Amino acid sequence: MNGRTDWFAHLVLCLGALLFLLPIWLVISGSTLDPAAIARGELSLVPRLSGLGVYASVLTQGSPGAGPVWRMLMVSAGMALAIAFGKIIISVLSAYAVAFFRFPFRMTAFWIIFITLMLPVEVRIIPTYTVMSNLGLINTFPGLTVPLIASATATLLFRQTFLAVPDELFEAARMDGAGPWRFLRDILLPVSAANIAALFVILFVYGWNQYLWPLLVATDPKLDTIVIGIVKMIGTETQTEWNRVMATAVLALLPPVMVVMLMQHWFVKGLTEGDK
Amino acid sequence: MASLVLENLRKNFGAVAVLHGIDLAMASGEMLVIVGASGCGKSTLLRLVAGLEVPTGGRILLDGSDVAPLDPAERDIAMVFQNYALYPHMSVFDNMAYGLRIRGVAKDAIRTRVDSAAEMLGLTPLLMRKPRQLSGGQRQRVAMGRAIVRQPKLFLFDEPLSNLDAKLRVQMRAEIRRLQRRMAVTSLYVTHDQVEAMTLGDRLLVLHQGRPVQLATPMEVFENPANTYVAGFIGAPSMNLFPAALSHGGTAAVFSPGQVIAFTDGRRPGADGRKLILGIRPEHVAIDPAGMELQIDLIEPLGSETVVIGRLPDGELFSVKLPGAAPAGESMAVSIPAAHLHVFDAETGLRLDPAG
Amino acid sequence: MERRTIFSGWLLPVVLVLPQLALTVVFFLWPAGQAIWSSMTRTDAFGIRTMFVGLENFSDLFTDPLYLDTIERSVFFCAAVAALSMGVALVLASAADREIRFRGLYRVLLVWPYAIAPAVAAVLWILLLHPQIGLIGRWLNSIGIPWDYKLNDTQAMLVVILASAWKQVSYNFIFFLAGLQSIPRAIIEAARMDGARGFFRFRTVVLPLLMPTVFFLLVVNLVYAAFDTFATIIALTDGGPGKATETLVVKVYRDGVVNLDIGSSSAQSVVLMAGVIVLTALQFRFLGRRSGGG
Repeated sequence: MNGRTDWFAHLVLCLGALLFLLPIWLVISGSTLDPAAIARGELSLVPRLSGLGVYASVLTQGSPGAGPVWRMLMVSAGMALAIAFGKIIISVLSAYAVAFFRFPFRMTAFWIIFITLMLPVEVRIIPTYTVMSNLGLINTFPGLTVPLIASATATLLFRQTFLAVPDELFEAARMDGAGPWRFLRDILLPVSAANIAALFVILFVYGWNQYLWPLLVATDPKLDTIVIGIVKMIGTETQTEWNRVMATAVLALLPPVMVVMLMQHWFVKGLTEGDK
Repeated sequence: MASLVLENLRKNFGAVAVLHGIDLAMASGEMLVIVGASGCGKSTLLRLVAGLEVPTGGRILLDGSDVAPLDPAERDIAMVFQNYALYPHMSVFDNMAYGLRIRGVAKDAIRTRVDSAAEMLGLTPLLMRKPRQLSGGQRQRVAMGRAIVRQPKLFLFDEPLSNLDAKLRVQMRAEIRRLQRRMAVTSLYVTHDQVEAMTLGDRLLVLHQGRPVQLATPMEVFENPANTYVAGFIGAPSMNLFPAALSHGGTAAVFSPGQVIAFTDGRRPGADGRKLILGIRPEHVAIDPAGMELQIDLIEPLGSETVVIGRLPDGELFSVKLPGAAPAGESMAVSIPAAHLHVFDAETGLRLDPAG
Repeated sequence: MERRTIFSGWLLPVVLVLPQLALTVVFFLWPAGQAIWSSMTRTDAFGIRTMFVGLENFSDLFTDPLYLDTIERSVFFCAAVAALSMGVALVLASAADREIRFRGLYRVLLVWPYAIAPAVAAVLWILLLHPQIGLIGRWLNSIGIPWDYKLNDTQAMLVVILASAWKQVSYNFIFFLAGLQSIPRAIIEAARMDGARGFFRFRTVVLPLLMPTVFFLLVVNLVYAAFDTFATIIALTDGGPGKATETLVVKVYRDGVVNLDIGSSSAQSVVLMAGVIVLTALQFRFLGRRSGGG
């Protein structure tokens, strides 16, 4: 279009990209430096290849304030996957029931689910903790994941997706003889595949990035997620080994960033079409 | 192949009655077209037969047994949808095979049936494609194929041609007729298009506001419309309808201003002065130098014929269809041949046939 | 909106909604009810007796200058985070909406940070702003600007705002770009034919058409800044120095989990709930408008 304004747009976008790439490069580079040098304030943008050994070290051995990173990565991955799949499964089922059936108290059920939108963990910290300890779920993996599996957002999104499936498609399947399970498996899920993929990305990132919830219900170091681990590591300010913190941060970033990058197309579509 | 009988079939949506009681008997292999303006209840009638809606009352007898309580899957009926409703994630082959798989038909039997239907419809080279890779006409064929492979007792067509362009519509219309004859499957076909209705149906059922107004062969409906609604609905351009009164002891009608037309087919019942509606199709109007003067408003040349729309001396709108080109001048003289006259009662709108 | 046809039967759908419903009741409604109940009770210093005190916890809360300070601080923090991250994202999205080379690449580079955890964002900003090891922090000190967000209240607030806003830019960018792309090209072209150019065209044509997206994102960003920045704040400043970066959520956590003042913490929870309900109601209002509803 216009050469001069294009040039300006390139400049803006390059600065924007740098705004995110620079800190990332800094943390990657910093992870390879000598911790004493970092503490002296000699953080540099030039990585030291000989320092790459820190990754093997943080993965297998504990750091001050936290256990080995491989273990935390497993807990985080387990938590993120359990939450993502759990939310998708129970939300698909409940949205299917609400969209394709009529049953007593259908709208009541829908509104009860809807209300959870208004009750994030942050506003019910103490009572939820009480409920969790009554149920004996403190410091257990189910305690870490199951309570986060209820999802109004996913249910609303699937309901919207399901309502957008043309009536005639549903009727054609019924004329072909498909019952509720067959229709769900053969038609509805394949047709909604793109939305499910997008939601998977959103929920995986959500599960991976949780902080307050694990902080609350899992005090056992064996159940530390990597996000918890990082905050613990920088909490011990005086003898922080910054190269280890940075290596851990890189490892904490990698899985969700990979998921977003690999599924970017579906993810952006699902996010903007589904509204949150 | 099966016979279909509807007995006093009714449907209400909440307090609104959409169908007021339909009675119908179809012979095996017959093609019956349900025609009417949008909102007349024709699609609802089709969906009741399909099992997609639950009737408020009445019975649906397929081969003598009542299928009203059954699920669509249990009725052995196939349907072709307006928007085709193809499964977007399945190939053409899988779209056609899906219903057979659910019914547990053996794999090679499915293969044979789908292949022969594809052959019949010219879909063989497209079997591995997805619906989005097909043109509108090809999708339409797949939707037909999906119904054909089922070898059902009854075919239902819900305005299947309305999403095609004009040329393709004519072509598919002929194809549907050919296939239906060849397979001799009892078929119900819903449309709002009177040309489709006239050309496809063995018989027509004209619906108006949820009530059946005429059930007859297309020619019978055209030549002897049961009431003014049917008269105006079937035929293009629409029949001219204008008020008149019975006179001369029931042997003629007067219409303003003082024009008298004598019936050629017999005396109509009732006292002189009974209010009537007269009808004449535009193509039956005669050019007659001794006739009434028609002020020409608009001329629509159609190539081989011309439609002239004008006003009679009393201001009544009147259309005339002429073979060949339009007449010159701002007016023309026309007369109404009594042999082609349709007579209706003005109060009920019903056709008024000669008494005795 | 409802479907024209449905499956018959009620047992299967009830079984299908049951898991979701059970989780919702056990982990959402029950705790919320408990919060409302304990917000109206008070436990004595020895934790032996609990008594009903009505709305006393609330009246205590709203007469406590510390709490009122926290509200004021949180409102400022939320507004700053929302304004900063939406502003930056809008500029980037406007640039990326153009038909320029590498725009696919730019989009990838601006979308991936969605995946960064708030806690990890904090680590990245420590590397930039820490007074001793941070790249920028050290530079500021070296040119004679005293910089230590661990000691200086204003600087601490600035740091948590920067880190929190930075993390949310990607999300806003995705929505702004989608919003810009949904504006029909013909409208922009008509504005060009009318002679509207540059920023004037943006302000008079593009921005009004983008307003639904702006409102939607405003609510989302306020909710984000109020709740999801907990980890960022804890990791960066732990709410300090003093209470300089203590937001409402940080305070609930401190009073409830650290200081074990259940009554006050529950009352604060109920206040937050009311806040979320208002924001959610607003969001659905604008969502309705966004999809042309009403």
